[in-house]
Amino acid sequence: MQRIGVFVCWCGSNIAGTVDVQAVSDALKNEPGVVFSTNYQYMCSQAGQDMIINAVKEHNLTGIVVCSCSPRMHEATFRRTAQAAGLNPYMVEIANIREQCSWVHKDIPTGTEKAIILGKAAVAKVNLNTPLTPGESPVTKRALVIGGGIAGIQTALDIADAGFPVDIVEKKPTIGGKMAQLDKTFPTLDCAACILTPKMVDVAQNDKIRIFSYSEVTDVKGFVGNFDVTIKKNARYVKEDICTGCGACVEKCPMKKVPNEFNLGMDNRSAIYIPFAQAVPKVATIDPNACNMLKNGKCGLCARVCAAGAIDYTQKDEYIEEKYGAIVVATGFNPISMDKFDEFAYNQSKDVITSLEFERLTNAAGPTAGKLLRPSDGKHPHTIVFVQCVGSRCDACAEKGKEYCSKICCMYTAKHAMLTRDKYPDTDVYVFYIDVRTPGKNFDEFYRRAVEEYGVHYVKGMVGKVVPEGDKLKVQASDLLENKQLHIDADLVVLAAAIEPDKSARPLATMLTASMDTNDFFTEAHPKLRPVESPTAGVFLSGACQGPKDIPETVSQAGAAASKVIGLLAKDKLTGNPCIAHSNELMCNGCSSCERVCPYGAITYEDKEFRMPDRTTLVRRIAVVNPAVCQGCGACTVACPSGAMDLHGFASGQIMAEVDAICK
Amino acid sequence: MNNKYLYEDLLRMSGVNPKKCMRCGKCSATCPAYDEMEYHPHQFVSMVENGDIEPLLNSDSLYKCLTCFACVDRCPRGVEPAKLVEAVRLAAVRKQGANHLKADSVPDMLDDETPQQLIVSAFRKYSK
Ligand SMILES: Cc1cc2nc3c(=O)[nH]c(=O)nc-3n(C[C@H](O)[C@H](O)[C@H](O)COP(=O)(O)OP(=O)(O)OC[C@H]3O[C@@H](n4cnc5c(N)ncnc54)[C@H](O)[C@@H]3O)c2cc1C
Ligand code: SF4
Ligand code: SF4
Ligand code: SF4
Ligand code: SF4
Repeated sequence: MQRIGVFVCWCGSNIAGTVDVQAVSDALKNEPGVVFSTNYQYMCSQAGQDMIINAVKEHNLTGIVVCSCSPRMHEATFRRTAQAAGLNPYMVEIANIREQCSWVHKDIPTGTEKAIILGKAAVAKVNLNTPLTPGESPVTKRALVIGGGIAGIQTALDIADAGFPVDIVEKKPTIGGKMAQLDKTFPTLDCAACILTPKMVDVAQNDKIRIFSYSEVTDVKGFVGNFDVTIKKNARYVKEDICTGCGACVEKCPMKKVPNEFNLGMDNRSAIYIPFAQAVPKVATIDPNACNMLKNGKCGLCARVCAAGAIDYTQKDEYIEEKYGAIVVATGFNPISMDKFDEFAYNQSKDVITSLEFERLTNAAGPTAGKLLRPSDGKHPHTIVFVQCVGSRCDACAEKGKEYCSKICCMYTAKHAMLTRDKYPDTDVYVFYIDVRTPGKNFDEFYRRAVEEYGVHYVKGMVGKVVPEGDKLKVQASDLLENKQLHIDADLVVLAAAIEPDKSARPLATMLTASMDTNDFFTEAHPKLRPVESPTAGVFLSGACQGPKDIPETVSQAGAAASKVIGLLAKDKLTGNPCIAHSNELMCNGCSSCERVCPYGAITYEDKEFRMPDRTTLVRRIAVVNPAVCQGCGACTVACPSGAMDLHGFASGQIMAEVDAICK
Repeated sequence: MNNKYLYEDLLRMSGVNPKKCMRCGKCSATCPAYDEMEYHPHQFVSMVENGDIEPLLNSDSLYKCLTCFACVDRCPRGVEPAKLVEAVRLAAVRKQGANHLKADSVPDMLDDETPQQLIVSAFRKYSK
């Protein structure tokens, strides 16, 4: 028989406000096995923990029930307390009477009744608890970073700096991400290339970092410290190690009319291409959908001009398998499609552009060599209308817009408006805003400079429609402060499109068993206290894949994620979770049901000899769980038709005892 | 709020929740009848929300809305201002003797091009 102590926490008024804690500790006193029951203001405080330790010693307790907040909050704390008192940490059970009780109930009688029931269930479970000892697993001292934008670059550099090898997997032919496409960057207006490209070169030259560009992660198995990852290197039809990036092939290629994605389709590239001059790796890539040779075997010019002999039309996709101890997701964001916003005439007029297109139009390496010219006729625009919040803060239609604020557009729009007025003082610049949101160091000052020093017209209101007429764009808008409807003849309209996570993020999250919110941003383990970790152990988050972010924030998060990875890789062994599955060999009939449902591949089968009556033997196939791989998810225990699979710490008997206690 | 009963009635009739409005003004930016109106679509939303309904009931703006639903289509928050305009209009014409269109005044408005359908719809909309 166990000797159980019950400790009911008030959590200040969080619990005590809706639960009569005295009544709970009194009621639980009479449960089977309970020899001591008390309540206290803050059980997790030093005084509260001392109270538990003393009670264990005084009453010879063998098990502990803490009625408090969610186990996600303090289970680990109270397990340590138990250990300090000389108990096995797995002899502790938490009854969640805060999140699942006091916070959801309004009146004391209901809250108290439910708290007592939850407490009884926990007591019933502890009665069947047995001491457990966690195993250990080794750590592969190598990290994987998925996505090579500024987030991935910074994370990789920081991890490599601590001496650990890192691989970056980037799906585009070059690393750099969105930042490589930007012109100047708020709030200091230094040019993106000047601060990004040196970092890209650092990555290329760092002997601890390998870049898998034009590649994707296709499979992830294993668990924290021991991930097995399959990387698909897409065929680029150019031998990466031989190509010198001279560009002779690019010049000679006759297929010159392929929309250039780096410039968002505002100019063309050839079928064999290097995205931009500072690309890393600086290696050519053949676009199989555009190359004549690959499509119908006619051409082969690039192979002839390539002095290094790097072109290989027979190259195949290659699959690489590698082990990692930690994985960082840094898949970034994209502006949303403007197709559904007919009112802004984006698909009708070339002169209605997105802000990212505007970046390319003002970038010295862009399609106009940095001159601000209208895409339609190459003329200098004299009146420019910027529209903020296009598709952001929009909950009317999920297919069209996003409910959240995209966070970066107020600032980059102020930047665009200011730079335009600086370079072309003869241009009239209007910015239509719902709110101007500029929290951040030197951010509001930056926006005010656009208004006060550069004379940008900020108008409180939205643009309702844009109609192309002749060579003008008729803009109809609200000025809410003047209570007027404005009509502006604009030459260029720039839409600050909402941003969304990369489309590949959702399948990637499934592969990693990492969770996402309804908008497909990766969720952090705790929004305040663990912002760079995913709830899945060993998976970390960096940059805009976790939520809209500007560069300063991205870089801080990238460094934070790196430090978490370093903390993990610095360990030689990880303590595992002892609450794992095990099969009862007498009941298992080797049906393979469990193997099919195990998401971690922890189950194998072996043929075992059993002694039968009359000295005969029988060989039977039975399931065996690899304790280092099993994560204790319990899928197998449900799938097993013969009831042979069970979980340590969550045994069917324990769960049934809890249910019985609740239903009594 | 001096018009609590009417306020709740309007919300019930229109199905509109004016609290969802974020004051962006896109409805008024898109409205083709803007210049004809004393109170603009976004003002309908904020005035009803503030219980400032009397001026709306007495304003000609009620009859200037074309029910084109451009504001309904474009509002990022799904507020549907035109439905609120319609509700205020109904509240006005349902008052005793408050028909906006009287049969006697129709002959003066007619010309050869006016389709019959229009007159029927106008009666539906502007009178009890
Ligand atoms: C118009 C505009 C102007 C801006 N101006 C500024 C500014 O002035 N100042 C500022 O601070 N911020 C600015 N920003 C914000 C800045 O671009 C972001 O903060 C920054 O790019 C975020 O970096 P990231 O690495 O998280 O994402 P990204 O830059 O999007 O990089 C993600 C990378 O991951 C790759 N990837 C995605 N999915 C996969 C996958 N499944 N497998 C492998 N690789 C994958 C992508 O190809 C990409 O290279 C601006 C943004 C926009 C749109
Ligand atoms: S083989 Fe293809 S990529 Fe090479 S030059 Fe010809 S069309 Fe261009
Ligand atoms: S950052 Fe500014 S422009 Fe962008 S969605 Fe938020 S409020 Fe709108
Ligand atoms: S468009 Fe919608 S959210 Fe914007 S002011 Fe009008 S009613 Fe309010
Ligand atoms: S429905 Fe009425 S208020 Fe709305 S845009 Fe049309 S005319 Fe204006």
